Amino acid sequence: MSSVLYDVPGPKARRVSLIGSVIGIILIAAVVAVAVMTLAQQGIFESQRWAIFSQADVWNLIANGIGATLSAAAVAAVIAFPLGLLLCLMRISDIAWIRVPTRIVLEFLRGMPVVLMMLFVLLVFATSSFIAVVAGLVLYNSAIFAEIIRAGIQSLPKGQREAGLAIGLTSFQSRLTIELPQAIRRMLPSLVAQLVVLLKDTSLGYIVAYGELLRAVQVMADFLGPQYLFPVFFVAAAIYIAINLAVSRLAIWIEKRGSKKAAGGTAHVPVAGTAPAK
Amino acid sequence: MDVIIESLPQYWDGFLRTLFLAVVSGIIALVFGTLLAAARVSPIAALRGFSMAYVEVVRNTPLTIAFFFAAVVLPRLGVTFEQFEIAAIIALSAYTAAFIAEAVRSGVNSVPVGQAEAARSIGMKFGQVLSLIILPQALRTVIPPLINILIALVKNSSVAGAFYVLELFGYGKQLANDHGDAVMWVLVGVAFFYLLITVPLGYLANVVERKVAIAR
Repeated sequence: MSSVLYDVPGPKARRVSLIGSVIGIILIAAVVAVAVMTLAQQGIFESQRWAIFSQADVWNLIANGIGATLSAAAVAAVIAFPLGLLLCLMRISDIAWIRVPTRIVLEFLRGMPVVLMMLFVLLVFATSSFIAVVAGLVLYNSAIFAEIIRAGIQSLPKGQREAGLAIGLTSFQSRLTIELPQAIRRMLPSLVAQLVVLLKDTSLGYIVAYGELLRAVQVMADFLGPQYLFPVFFVAAAIYIAINLAVSRLAIWIEKRGSKKAAGGTAHVPVAGTAPAK
Repeated sequence: MDVIIESLPQYWDGFLRTLFLAVVSGIIALVFGTLLAAARVSPIAALRGFSMAYVEVVRNTPLTIAFFFAAVVLPRLGVTFEQFEIAAIIALSAYTAAFIAEAVRSGVNSVPVGQAEAARSIGMKFGQVLSLIILPQALRTVIPPLINILIALVKNSSVAGAFYVLELFGYGKQLANDHGDAVMWVLVGVAFFYLLITVPLGYLANVVERKVAIAR
């Protein structure tokens, strides 16, 4: 655990660090203790407040919420990715009257809060809240996907496109068969990371009255009584974080797996004298 | 169209409140995020662990959950706010700080190793190495990503509108209720004011990025 930022700790520095760690842990523990005591004074830890979780109905409602969250995210992701590809191709098109309007649209979509797009679709098109949530997520994330893929294409060596054109492919064929596959593979970690953002943003559905996990939990607390709000909120937050952490881990795993291989799928040959990338 | 002109005072009020939320939360998040990044590379294990856990958990928490906690759950636990702006600022800055910490940490990693080694070899302690040598260079290189995080912060502040704060999105909802026949124009007006903040910031990020790229 040595770092370039500080010397390898000697006995004295280790002692100081240990004392620092102990003080730090005590401080954090103190904060947690105060929080727990405050909660206990409100009677949060009384067993009957948590007893609701022994009822199957409660878990059914939570499962419905998770299902609504995941289905909105899945539908949005499945639509947003091809749309993002299309927008990306239009954004880098050789034809100015396709490229320039696409650029303006992308700029517009990226500068807009997702929740505003959801509300817009909900009110202006008078759709169901599910469609509003999916439409908001699709509009925003397809713009982001387009930008990520564009960054991937721009990061490719110039020779890829030149070679494609040299063997007689049209510009569009070269984009589609040579550059896109490499760009997508190269940007896979960013694309999966954006999926986490998409999944997180489904919680905005709460604001447009879509019955996702947070809304399901609030409805439940309204029905059961305010004293159950904290327990059900706690469980909902834990579920959300657990799902997102799992997808984030997936992104990190893909990144590690991808970095072992070069873009062409050939084995990466370590160069003598360079430190392994962390 | 007339609705927008008619409700300009509300829009303006909401615009200022959005700016206020973004600026205050942005400053708090920049300070807190930089401290978190410093803790993440510090020699003290407890600080490293805390920073790592905080960033990992908060980055994977939906903002709506953070807002719900600050604006709905906390008051029922006895922590009441005079104004919901304070709840919004707590949620926004706690959320954004995690992203800023990650950006600053990647900046710290991008500073050439020789810089820290040279600083240490002339006898600097960790605090000095970090604050005098590494952070000034790291912060410079991460200005474009930091601006992008601030753009996201401006957009994220719209969630406050759903939690009792009358900023742009909050006014948008209210005006949409009052003018049921012109909902589209009301929301287009809201969108315009958001773009008024985010598009110039985006251009600023591009310009800075190009400048930094040339400097290297």
